[in-house]
Amino acid sequence: MDDRKYPPVTQVGMASLALIVAAGIYLSANLPEHVSLGPAEILLALSAVMMAGNLLSITRVKGFAWERFFAVARWSLLAYVVIAGMIEFVFIHNHVRGGTLVVLTLSLIVFAIHVPTLIGFTVARYSQAA
Amino acid sequence: MVSIARDPASEPRPEAVHAGPPPVIPDFDIVPRVGLALAGVIIVALIVVVATGGLWPLEFMHVVFGAGWTVIDLFLGFIIGPILGSLSIPARIEFTVRFMPKMVVLMPAIVTATLVAGWQLSTHLGTNLTSYPQHGWVVASMVVVGVMAIIALGLLEPANIGVLIELKKPRPNPQVIERLMKRFIYSAGITGLMQVATFVIMTKLASS
Repeated sequence: MDDRKYPPVTQVGMASLALIVAAGIYLSANLPEHVSLGPAEILLALSAVMMAGNLLSITRVKGFAWERFFAVARWSLLAYVVIAGMIEFVFIHNHVRGGTLVVLTLSLIVFAIHVPTLIGFTVARYSQAA
Repeated sequence: MVSIARDPASEPRPEAVHAGPPPVIPDFDIVPRVGLALAGVIIVALIVVVATGGLWPLEFMHVVFGAGWTVIDLFLGFIIGPILGSLSIPARIEFTVRFMPKMVVLMPAIVTATLVAGWQLSTHLGTNLTSYPQHGWVVASMVVVGVMAIIALGLLEPANIGVLIELKKPRPNPQVIERLMKRFIYSAGITGLMQVATFVIMTKLASS
Protein backbone atom coordinates (compact mmCIF):
# COMPACT_ATOMS: atom_id res chain seq x y z
CA MET A 1 0.00 0.00 0.00
CA ASP A 2 1.09 3.60 -0.57
CA ASP A 3 2.97 4.76 2.53
CA ARG A 4 3.04 8.43 1.58
CA LYS A 5 1.75 10.88 4.18
CA TYR A 6 -1.48 12.49 3.04
CA PRO A 7 -3.08 15.59 4.50
CA PRO A 8 -6.13 14.87 6.72
CA VAL A 9 -8.57 15.55 3.88
CA THR A 10 -11.31 13.22 5.13
CA GLN A 11 -11.20 14.57 8.69
CA VAL A 12 -11.22 18.20 7.54
CA GLY A 13 -13.99 17.41 5.06
CA MET A 14 -16.15 15.86 7.75
CA ALA A 15 -15.54 18.84 10.05
CA SER A 16 -16.51 21.18 7.20
CA LEU A 17 -19.71 19.22 6.58
CA ALA A 18 -20.46 19.27 10.31
CA LEU A 19 -20.28 23.07 10.30
CA ILE A 20 -22.83 23.49 7.51
CA VAL A 21 -25.08 20.86 9.10
CA ALA A 22 -24.87 22.83 12.36
CA ALA A 23 -25.76 26.03 10.48
CA GLY A 24 -28.77 24.31 8.90
CA ILE A 25 -29.96 22.96 12.26
CA TYR A 26 -29.52 26.38 13.87
CA LEU A 27 -31.72 28.00 11.21
CA SER A 28 -34.37 25.28 11.08
CA ALA A 29 -34.59 24.80 14.85
CA ASN A 30 -35.79 28.37 15.30
CA LEU A 31 -38.67 28.42 12.83
CA PRO A 32 -40.83 30.46 12.43
CA GLU A 33 -38.89 33.11 14.36
CA HIS A 34 -36.40 35.20 12.43
CA VAL A 35 -33.10 34.57 14.12
CA SER A 36 -29.84 36.33 13.48
CA LEU A 37 -28.06 34.92 10.44
CA GLY A 38 -24.70 35.75 12.01
CA PRO A 39 -23.93 32.35 13.60
CA ALA A 40 -25.00 30.52 10.43
CA GLU A 41 -22.85 32.84 8.30
CA ILE A 42 -19.83 32.27 10.53
CA LEU A 43 -20.30 28.48 10.39
CA LEU A 44 -20.70 28.61 6.60
CA ALA A 45 -17.61 30.81 6.19
CA LEU A 46 -15.53 28.44 8.35
CA SER A 47 -16.83 25.49 6.37
CA ALA A 48 -15.93 27.16 3.06
CA VAL A 49 -12.45 28.03 4.35
CA MET A 50 -11.92 24.41 5.38
CA MET A 51 -13.03 23.25 1.94
CA ALA A 52 -10.62 25.66 0.26
CA GLY A 53 -7.86 24.47 2.59
CA ASN A 54 -8.66 20.89 1.74
CA LEU A 55 -8.50 21.53 -2.00
CA LEU A 56 -5.24 23.42 -1.56
CA SER A 57 -3.72 20.63 0.54
CA ILE A 58 -4.59 18.08 -2.17
CA THR A 59 -2.84 20.18 -4.83
CA ARG A 60 0.33 19.99 -2.73
CA VAL A 61 0.45 16.18 -2.66
CA LYS A 62 3.33 15.09 -4.88
CA GLY A 63 2.45 12.50 -7.52
CA PHE A 64 -1.27 12.68 -6.75
CA ALA A 65 -3.43 10.66 -9.18
CA TRP A 66 -5.35 13.63 -10.59
CA GLU A 67 -6.67 11.71 -13.55
CA ARG A 68 -8.35 9.19 -11.24
CA PHE A 69 -9.49 11.98 -8.90
CA PHE A 70 -11.30 13.87 -11.67
CA ALA A 71 -12.68 10.69 -13.26
CA VAL A 72 -14.48 9.89 -10.02
CA ALA A 73 -15.15 13.38 -8.67
CA ARG A 74 -16.89 14.68 -11.80
CA TRP A 75 -19.55 11.93 -11.76
CA SER A 76 -19.95 12.27 -8.01
CA LEU A 77 -20.32 16.02 -8.53
CA LEU A 78 -23.16 15.39 -10.97
CA ALA A 79 -24.92 13.13 -8.46
CA TYR A 80 -24.52 15.55 -5.56
CA VAL A 81 -25.57 18.54 -7.67
CA VAL A 82 -28.82 16.64 -8.36
CA ILE A 83 -29.28 15.99 -4.62
CA ALA A 84 -28.44 19.59 -3.73
CA GLY A 85 -30.84 20.79 -6.44
CA MET A 86 -33.56 18.64 -4.91
CA ILE A 87 -33.01 20.22 -1.50
CA GLU A 88 -32.87 23.71 -3.03
CA PHE A 89 -36.20 23.00 -4.72
CA VAL A 90 -37.67 22.23 -1.29
CA PHE A 91 -36.36 25.49 0.16
CA ILE A 92 -37.88 27.51 -2.69
CA HIS A 93 -41.11 25.52 -2.56
CA ASN A 94 -41.33 26.37 1.17
CA HIS A 95 -40.93 30.10 0.40
CA VAL A 96 -37.53 30.45 2.02
CA ARG A 97 -36.29 33.87 0.93
CA GLY A 98 -33.63 36.51 1.48
CA GLY A 99 -30.52 36.00 3.55
CA THR A 100 -31.64 32.61 4.83
CA LEU A 101 -31.96 31.31 1.27
CA VAL A 102 -28.52 32.69 0.40
CA VAL A 103 -26.90 30.98 3.42
CA LEU A 104 -28.66 27.69 2.73
CA THR A 105 -27.82 27.81 -1.01
CA LEU A 106 -24.15 28.51 -0.32
CA SER A 107 -24.17 25.65 2.21
CA LEU A 108 -25.52 23.36 -0.49
CA ILE A 109 -22.78 24.50 -2.85
CA VAL A 110 -20.13 23.62 -0.23
CA PHE A 111 -21.86 20.27 0.26
CA ALA A 112 -22.06 19.54 -3.48
CA ILE A 113 -18.36 20.30 -3.99
CA HIS A 114 -16.89 18.87 -0.82
CA VAL A 115 -18.50 15.42 -0.87
CA PRO A 116 -17.25 14.63 -4.42
CA THR A 117 -13.83 15.94 -3.34
CA LEU A 118 -13.78 13.42 -0.48
CA ILE A 119 -14.87 10.60 -2.79
CA GLY A 120 -12.32 11.52 -5.46
CA PHE A 121 -9.54 11.83 -2.87
CA THR A 122 -10.33 8.46 -1.25
CA VAL A 123 -10.08 6.78 -4.65
CA ALA A 124 -7.06 8.72 -5.93
CA ARG A 125 -4.92 8.22 -2.83
CA TYR A 126 -4.84 4.49 -3.56
CA SER A 127 -4.10 4.97 -7.26
CA GLN A 128 -0.92 5.54 -9.17
CA ALA A 129 -0.46 8.88 -10.93
CA ALA A 130 -0.52 8.57 -14.72
CA MET B 1 -17.85 -6.34 13.28
CA VAL B 2 -16.00 -6.86 10.08
CA SER B 3 -13.23 -8.49 11.83
CA ILE B 4 -11.66 -10.09 9.02
CA ALA B 5 -10.54 -11.88 12.09
CA ARG B 6 -10.02 -15.49 11.56
CA ASP B 7 -7.17 -17.61 12.77
CA PRO B 8 -4.17 -15.42 11.92
CA ALA B 9 -2.00 -18.44 11.33
CA SER B 10 -4.29 -19.83 8.67
CA GLU B 11 -4.94 -16.44 7.07
CA PRO B 12 -2.68 -15.58 4.15
CA ARG B 13 -0.70 -12.41 4.75
CA PRO B 14 -2.00 -9.51 2.64
CA GLU B 15 1.36 -9.01 1.00
CA ALA B 16 1.41 -12.66 0.11
CA VAL B 17 -2.04 -12.42 -1.38
CA HIS B 18 -1.03 -9.36 -3.34
CA ALA B 19 2.07 -11.10 -4.60
CA GLY B 20 0.22 -14.22 -5.77
CA PRO B 21 -2.04 -14.63 -8.76
CA PRO B 22 -4.77 -11.98 -8.85
CA PRO B 23 -8.14 -13.16 -7.49
CA VAL B 24 -10.85 -13.83 -10.05
CA ILE B 25 -13.19 -10.86 -10.02
CA PRO B 26 -16.52 -11.11 -11.82
CA ASP B 27 -17.23 -8.30 -14.25
CA PHE B 28 -19.46 -5.61 -12.77
CA ASP B 29 -20.65 -2.05 -13.29
CA ILE B 30 -19.60 0.41 -10.59
CA VAL B 31 -22.86 2.27 -11.18
CA PRO B 32 -25.52 -0.23 -12.32
CA ARG B 33 -27.95 1.19 -14.87
CA VAL B 34 -30.96 -0.41 -13.21
CA GLY B 35 -30.02 1.15 -9.88
CA LEU B 36 -29.56 4.51 -11.57
CA ALA B 37 -33.03 4.23 -13.09
CA LEU B 38 -34.51 3.30 -9.70
CA ALA B 39 -32.79 6.25 -8.05
CA GLY B 40 -34.19 8.48 -10.81
CA VAL B 41 -37.70 7.17 -10.14
CA ILE B 42 -37.28 7.87 -6.41
CA ILE B 43 -36.12 11.45 -7.05
CA VAL B 44 -38.94 12.15 -9.52
CA ALA B 45 -41.50 10.67 -7.10
CA LEU B 46 -40.08 12.85 -4.36
CA ILE B 47 -40.42 16.01 -6.48
CA VAL B 48 -44.05 15.12 -7.29
CA VAL B 49 -44.87 14.37 -3.65
CA VAL B 50 -43.29 17.62 -2.42
CA ALA B 51 -44.97 19.68 -5.15
CA THR B 52 -48.43 18.23 -4.48
CA GLY B 53 -47.93 18.28 -0.70
CA GLY B 54 -50.44 15.57 0.22
CA LEU B 55 -50.13 14.27 3.77
CA TRP B 56 -50.40 10.56 2.93
CA PRO B 57 -47.74 10.55 0.14
CA LEU B 58 -45.35 12.50 2.37
CA GLU B 59 -45.94 10.13 5.26
CA PHE B 60 -45.55 7.16 2.90
CA MET B 61 -42.25 8.39 1.46
CA HIS B 62 -40.84 9.27 4.87
CA VAL B 63 -41.84 6.03 6.59
CA VAL B 64 -40.98 3.66 3.71
CA PHE B 65 -37.59 5.15 2.89
CA GLY B 66 -36.78 5.86 6.54
CA ALA B 67 -37.51 2.22 7.37
CA GLY B 68 -35.36 1.14 4.40
CA TRP B 69 -32.46 3.31 5.55
CA THR B 70 -32.72 2.03 9.15
CA VAL B 71 -32.99 -1.63 8.20
CA ILE B 72 -30.10 -1.45 5.73
CA ASP B 73 -27.81 0.24 8.28
CA LEU B 74 -28.67 -2.19 11.08
CA PHE B 75 -28.53 -5.26 8.86
CA LEU B 76 -25.28 -4.21 7.24
CA GLY B 77 -23.55 -3.21 10.44
CA PHE B 78 -24.60 -6.09 12.65
CA ILE B 79 -25.50 -9.03 10.40
CA ILE B 80 -23.74 -8.74 7.04
CA GLY B 81 -20.55 -7.21 8.45
CA PRO B 82 -19.61 -10.08 10.79
CA ILE B 83 -20.61 -12.68 8.18
CA LEU B 84 -18.53 -10.95 5.53
CA GLY B 85 -15.52 -10.98 7.83
CA SER B 86 -15.71 -14.76 8.16
CA LEU B 87 -15.90 -15.49 4.42
CA SER B 88 -13.00 -16.53 2.26
CA ILE B 89 -11.42 -13.79 0.15
CA PRO B 90 -12.97 -14.99 -3.15
CA ALA B 91 -16.39 -15.14 -1.48
CA ARG B 92 -15.93 -11.66 -0.05
CA ILE B 93 -14.99 -10.34 -3.49
CA GLU B 94 -17.97 -12.08 -5.09
CA PHE B 95 -20.33 -10.59 -2.52
CA THR B 96 -18.76 -7.15 -2.71
CA VAL B 97 -19.01 -6.78 -6.50
CA ARG B 98 -22.68 -7.73 -6.38
CA PHE B 99 -23.65 -5.77 -3.30
CA MET B 100 -21.64 -2.54 -3.26
CA PRO B 101 -22.70 -1.16 -6.68
CA LYS B 102 -26.33 -1.30 -5.53
CA MET B 103 -25.44 0.67 -2.42
CA VAL B 104 -23.64 3.36 -4.44
CA VAL B 105 -26.79 4.55 -6.17
CA LEU B 106 -29.59 3.48 -3.86
CA MET B 107 -28.37 4.79 -0.50
CA PRO B 108 -28.02 8.47 -1.49
CA ALA B 109 -31.50 8.32 -3.08
CA ILE B 110 -33.04 6.59 -0.05
CA VAL B 111 -31.44 9.03 2.39
CA THR B 112 -32.45 12.07 0.33
CA ALA B 113 -36.04 10.81 0.06
CA THR B 114 -36.24 10.15 3.82
CA LEU B 115 -34.90 13.55 4.80
CA VAL B 116 -36.78 15.65 2.25
CA ALA B 117 -40.10 13.88 2.84
CA GLY B 118 -39.50 14.07 6.61
CA TRP B 119 -38.88 17.80 6.49
CA GLN B 120 -41.94 18.41 4.32
CA LEU B 121 -44.05 16.23 6.60
CA SER B 122 -42.81 18.18 9.58
CA THR B 123 -43.66 21.45 7.81
CA HIS B 124 -47.11 20.09 6.92
CA LEU B 125 -47.82 19.06 10.52
CA GLY B 126 -46.14 22.10 12.09
CA THR B 127 -43.86 19.92 14.19
CA ASN B 128 -40.77 21.85 13.10
CA LEU B 129 -42.07 25.06 14.67
CA THR B 130 -40.84 26.23 18.06
CA SER B 131 -44.48 26.31 19.23
CA TYR B 132 -44.73 22.51 18.92
CA PRO B 133 -44.68 21.05 22.46
CA GLN B 134 -42.16 18.32 21.56
CA HIS B 135 -39.92 20.67 19.58
CA GLY B 136 -36.83 19.59 21.52
CA TRP B 137 -37.29 16.03 20.29
CA VAL B 138 -37.59 17.25 16.69
CA VAL B 139 -34.34 19.21 17.03
CA ALA B 140 -32.74 16.11 18.57
CA SER B 141 -33.77 14.12 15.50
CA MET B 142 -32.15 16.78 13.27
CA VAL B 143 -28.91 16.42 15.23
CA VAL B 144 -28.95 12.61 15.02
CA VAL B 145 -29.69 12.69 11.29
CA GLY B 146 -27.03 15.35 10.79
CA VAL B 147 -24.37 13.19 12.44
CA MET B 148 -25.47 10.15 10.43
CA ALA B 149 -25.32 12.18 7.21
CA ILE B 150 -21.78 13.39 7.98
CA ILE B 151 -20.60 9.81 8.60
CA ALA B 152 -22.36 8.54 5.49
CA LEU B 153 -21.04 11.31 3.24
CA GLY B 154 -17.55 11.57 4.67
CA LEU B 155 -16.70 7.92 5.33
CA LEU B 156 -19.23 5.48 4.00
CA GLU B 157 -19.84 6.66 0.44
CA PRO B 158 -16.15 7.35 -0.38
CA ALA B 159 -15.20 3.91 0.98
CA ASN B 160 -17.95 2.26 -1.05
CA ILE B 161 -16.76 3.81 -4.31
CA GLY B 162 -13.10 3.31 -3.37
CA VAL B 163 -13.61 -0.46 -2.97
CA LEU B 164 -15.34 -0.74 -6.33
CA ILE B 165 -12.69 1.28 -8.16
CA GLU B 166 -9.96 -0.85 -6.56
CA LEU B 167 -11.74 -4.04 -7.63
CA LYS B 168 -11.88 -2.75 -11.20
CA LYS B 169 -8.10 -2.53 -11.38
CA PRO B 170 -6.25 -5.32 -13.22
CA ARG B 171 -4.43 -6.16 -9.98
CA PRO B 172 -6.45 -4.99 -6.98
CA ASN B 173 -4.64 -4.52 -3.70
CA PRO B 174 -6.32 -6.66 -1.00
CA GLN B 175 -4.98 -4.38 1.74
CA VAL B 176 -6.74 -1.37 0.23
CA ILE B 177 -9.96 -3.33 -0.18
CA GLU B 178 -9.79 -4.63 3.37
CA ARG B 179 -9.10 -1.19 4.82
CA LEU B 180 -11.94 0.45 2.89
CA MET B 181 -14.37 -2.41 3.57
CA LYS B 182 -13.64 -2.15 7.29
CA ARG B 183 -14.29 1.57 7.11
CA PHE B 184 -17.52 0.93 5.23
CA ILE B 185 -18.86 -1.69 7.63
CA TYR B 186 -17.81 0.14 10.81
CA SER B 187 -19.43 3.35 9.52
CA ALA B 188 -22.61 1.42 8.74
CA GLY B 189 -22.49 -0.06 12.25
CA ILE B 190 -22.17 3.39 13.84
CA THR B 191 -25.03 4.80 11.79
CA GLY B 192 -26.97 1.62 12.68
CA LEU B 193 -26.48 2.40 16.37
CA MET B 194 -27.61 5.97 15.75
CA GLN B 195 -30.70 4.63 14.03
CA VAL B 196 -31.68 3.23 17.44
CA ALA B 197 -31.72 6.84 18.69
CA THR B 198 -33.96 7.69 15.73
CA PHE B 199 -36.33 4.90 16.81
CA VAL B 200 -36.53 6.40 20.29
CA ILE B 201 -37.21 9.91 18.99
CA MET B 202 -39.70 8.94 16.28
CA THR B 203 -41.74 6.65 18.55
CA LYS B 204 -41.78 9.41 21.19
CA LEU B 205 -43.05 11.94 18.61
CA ALA B 206 -45.62 9.52 17.18
CA SER B 207 -47.06 8.80 20.62
CA SER B 208 -47.25 12.42 21.81
